[in-house]
Amino acid sequence: MMEAQKYVWEGAIPLQIHLHESEVTTLPPPLPALILAPRIGYLPLLIPHIKPHFNSTLPPGVDTVWFEYKGLPLKWYIPTGVLFDLLCVEPERPWNLTVHFRGYPGNILIPCEGEDSVKWSFINSLKEASYIINGNCKNVMNMSQPDQVELWHSVFNAGNLEAYLKVSSKLKLGTAGHEYSANLNSGSFVSRQSTGDTDATGQVKTGRVPVRLYVWGVSEDFDDLEDAPQIDSWDKISYINRPVEIHGEEGKCFTLLDAVKSLLPEHFQYKSLTNEESSKEEGEDEQKVPSEEGGENLSEDVESCYPSDNAEVKLVRIQGIEPKLEIPFSWVVHNLMNPEHFLHICVCLKVSQVKIPSDG
Amino acid sequence: MDISSWDGTISLAEFHVAARALVEKWKRVSSASPPWSWVSCPKQPWVASHEVEGYLSLENIILVSIKEEHDELLSFPQKEETSCSDKEESIDIATLSQSDRDEICYYDLHIVYSASYRVPVLYFRVYYSDGEPLEFEDIKKHLPAHSAKTLLDSKWTFITQEEHPYLKRPWYKLHPCGTGEWMKLLFQGDVSLARNGAAIEVYLISWLSFVGQVVGLRIPYEMLNQL
Repeated sequence: MMEAQKYVWEGAIPLQIHLHESEVTTLPPPLPALILAPRIGYLPLLIPHIKPHFNSTLPPGVDTVWFEYKGLPLKWYIPTGVLFDLLCVEPERPWNLTVHFRGYPGNILIPCEGEDSVKWSFINSLKEASYIINGNCKNVMNMSQPDQVELWHSVFNAGNLEAYLKVSSKLKLGTAGHEYSANLNSGSFVSRQSTGDTDATGQVKTGRVPVRLYVWGVSEDFDDLEDAPQIDSWDKISYINRPVEIHGEEGKCFTLLDAVKSLLPEHFQYKSLTNEESSKEEGEDEQKVPSEEGGENLSEDVESCYPSDNAEVKLVRIQGIEPKLEIPFSWVVHNLMNPEHFLHICVCLKVSQVKIPSDG
Repeated sequence: MDISSWDGTISLAEFHVAARALVEKWKRVSSASPPWSWVSCPKQPWVASHEVEGYLSLENIILVSIKEEHDELLSFPQKEETSCSDKEESIDIATLSQSDRDEICYYDLHIVYSASYRVPVLYFRVYYSDGEPLEFEDIKKHLPAHSAKTLLDSKWTFITQEEHPYLKRPWYKLHPCGTGEWMKLLFQGDVSLARNGAAIEVYLISWLSFVGQVVGLRIPYEMLNQL
């Protein structure tokens, strides 16, 4: 089990970073900087390594560093690996990025003041994950100063998995289904929740898993990744920051596909037209009570339902790999999550052209 | 609702109910003030969907601290209208001196549901009359005194700057970390709230009465009355 985590931790993207031409004041222009960026890291953390490369050619002024890929300003608080998986559907090696030291697009990107900003963003995400898993942020808030430093350094350097695991285990962020006896060969699977309560019958309660889903849609099919449309605007990506809720039902396996579908109910959920729901639909507020039972609800509602506008999952990419969708979700979470305990999933959906008109 | 076992959080569906209740009551009670409105947003911009999410919005309002010592805060609509309730001082904006007028800044307030924390979250932006956004340091100066102090004591854990979940632009946000806990305390402390079956309907109103103090939004007294 350690192996998968280790691979993830050590994963890196080769970057070729070009200084934006408007900031080149010398001839010949500087060569691009080549750097290996940890997948679990963040772009601003690379600046101390890149800056010396371009220092002598920069125009006078204060540094306000930001990165861009094919004109798209990159959100610095998204882990580097996720940016790559999302924006580079056909992986480009090295990944060619442009760096700016001036003219920060403050109307689009939230400010970044170097390592401190990244660290705070990381800790905030960790708190959010802690809240999702445990219902409070206490463990993170009560971390000792040395532990905090150790945690951040292990992430910052992305070198010391053991150090990270040591500190991180104190946070008691074992997620639902984390402890499981998996018999992957036979396909059977029993999940148990490590943090939930069990009642007398052994039924476990719902657990929540921190997930960040980045979804983009295509209306035309593509077979080759090269033919996939380029994402040239953040508006084309739907960012869903919502926990996946899972049950630990005996004998039932909650798969990666189940998890993805539970976060996109409008594409996959069967709608039940009971009296209760139709009375809730008023005016422009067409609200569907979100099912908190993931995929397990479907069989109960079969009698009075119609399929929604079903989409097809074209691509699911996590940490640069495309896991088989039948894999137990808890395995995916435990092995592919980022250090702040969020699982980042990039999904491409193919949606049909003809859409059911909205009632609203 | 069983208050004793409740953790102070609400579901998305409950948020919608509470939001509707806030909008309606605010309109009824505070008809002279700009109204809270619900803004619907499609979940995925690139595909027509039955599913809409949304948030509450109150924009272009002025929150002015008249006298620092008294820490009195008003919320009143723009320009000529003044809210005239016995419980509030009314201000005729025309009598403000020129320097005061230069200090006037506008707030946009959005209430967005957080699926992670299962509570509402306040997002806001502050700008001058020409639309120029205020720097964080200047915002602190405009905040009520006690709010600014708390900010200084626990810097980044209080107000953070994050991307607005729907507008995808940098907004300020009040960190939702402790919300569940103090909402539970709030409800536990009010026996009539606990007994009242319509507790969800007042959830947002109660929440706003606390959270609004950070930015200096005064909730009309009548909003907090149980019907």
